[in-house]
Amino acid sequence: MSAPAQPGDIMPAWPEGGVSRVPYRLFSDRDVYALEQERLFRGPVWNYLCLELEVAEPGDFRTAFIGETPIVVARDETGELHGMVNRCAHKGALVCLAERGNRKHFSCIYHSWTYHLDGRLRGVAFRGGLKGKGGMPEDFDPARHRMQPIRVETFCGLVFGTFEPDMPPVEEWVGPTMAHFLKRNLGSRPLKVLGTHSQIIHNNWKLYAENVRDSYHATLLHTFYTTFKVNRLDMDGGILLSEGTPWHHISYAKRATFEEAAEYTEAQVHSASYDSKLNGPELLKTEDEFDDGITHSVQSIFPTLAVHFTLNSLCVRNFVPRGLEETELVWTYLGYADDSEEMTAMRVLQANLTGAAGLVSLEDGCINEFVQRGTRGSGDAAAVLEMGGRGLESSESSRATEVSIRGFWSGYRGLMGYA
Amino acid sequence: MIDAETRRRIEDFLLDCAWAIDEDELEAWPGFFAEDGRYRITTRDNEERGLPVGIMLCEGRGMMEDRVLALRTANIFEPHRYRHILGRPRLREAEAGLVRSDSSFIVMRTMQDGRMDLFAAGNYRDLLRVEDGRVLFQERAAVLESRRVDVLIVIPI
Ligand SMILES: [Fe+2]
Repeated sequence: MSAPAQPGDIMPAWPEGGVSRVPYRLFSDRDVYALEQERLFRGPVWNYLCLELEVAEPGDFRTAFIGETPIVVARDETGELHGMVNRCAHKGALVCLAERGNRKHFSCIYHSWTYHLDGRLRGVAFRGGLKGKGGMPEDFDPARHRMQPIRVETFCGLVFGTFEPDMPPVEEWVGPTMAHFLKRNLGSRPLKVLGTHSQIIHNNWKLYAENVRDSYHATLLHTFYTTFKVNRLDMDGGILLSEGTPWHHISYAKRATFEEAAEYTEAQVHSASYDSKLNGPELLKTEDEFDDGITHSVQSIFPTLAVHFTLNSLCVRNFVPRGLEETELVWTYLGYADDSEEMTAMRVLQANLTGAAGLVSLEDGCINEFVQRGTRGSGDAAAVLEMGGRGLESSESSRATEVSIRGFWSGYRGLMGYA
Repeated sequence: MIDAETRRRIEDFLLDCAWAIDEDELEAWPGFFAEDGRYRITTRDNEERGLPVGIMLCEGRGMMEDRVLALRTANIFEPHRYRHILGRPRLREAEAGLVRSDSSFIVMRTMQDGRMDLFAAGNYRDLLRVEDGRVLFQERAAVLESRRVDVLIVIPI
């Protein structure tokens, strides 16, 4: 279609067909991966870093990643949140080794350079030398050395960070449709963490970014519901794309027969009856939490965040590139701080549906690796993404579409320098 | 005080359960649990923070049977097998006539093409019901040392 935007660019040429074609090379090319770190992750995007509740108190810090770049988020004494590269301004060592904790200040273990919680240099060990000898030059100015700051912003309990100084606020950047749904799931009540684990998947991070947007595969690869004849009552659904650049998405399913089902209206209860052949049917005991009828949803926020709400199971997924062909998928299961014990019990049981051992979705742990392995030695071959057309329109009546994957690639192409 | 005969029975029982998994006799696995028994896989990190969501949770044999049936008929994954290596259990008497058992495990995973990895290491925190010489899990938690799972878990640990 179009030539690379910059002279000397190492990106492969994009084949004819725009976002309905994706060169397989993008999943295994070292130069592309390196360029993504700069143009995409350190470019004009908001990257998910952590939950606000993980850095709730003054002194709290949490380490995270933007692409492969190590980041630390910290709340200072005054309550202000800061983000910086987790790297000492002296020799470049990691400053925070722990994933989370609470500190009065940071100290690099290598040479004991210390930093304020906003990343400003606080002290240099032996700056004046020992017994009048050695030490830093007279004109060494601590104010000119600090941990590299990034911009951070909180939206709906999620902390985002960016290297780009001119980014619009997160809410504006994701657009009204995405913002509305984040508020619905994460922004309406205080959150609490119910548990976390991660999964190493042996594929390029973009294959998971595609997979989480791939509504076409859901009933084809994942057969738990059909095998156990789970009467879902919620087959009606669609896909919403973000306004502007359609690189974020929502895939949702509704309880289509909700209005008509007499047992709901008569009993005045909003609990669902999931008939099934399960020996342990309590697994799918559920209660409606929203009035919009949506019972299953997955939302992706470019580049590496997804939030799912499956029945009552709410979870933030962050897929972190750990190299060209390795990705860490971190699952953080959430509830609301004011949940009843009964609701917590439902959320805990329904966590079985997803995660590294998810009854419904464990296949996603290996399917992307199969693509990674299958596309080795594929030369200039490209994926074909024509389900639901070749365009980028929201699909409010069907999930048999690859439109949200095309949306991802439209964003990717823009950032990486394709027209 | 756990007598030598009870200890011997418990050690055999723990071995038999691991053996059933490693020999792909998974249909027998729920039978190692009391009818209302509980099985979970979680991580040390979750346990230490007191967080209830781990990686797998079965409340009652029915959910374990569903897990096995799902593995046999619904879930799609690259074929692989486990080999459990068990440490000797530390046994203590617990409330209501139950025995608390802690034992280390490692699980080697072999893929169909011969790739072999250290898949998991951790502690089995078990509550055992010992009645009339028969042992059953009232509760078994496989607490993984690492929060990271390689690829996926479909076979119980
Ligand atoms: Fe999937």
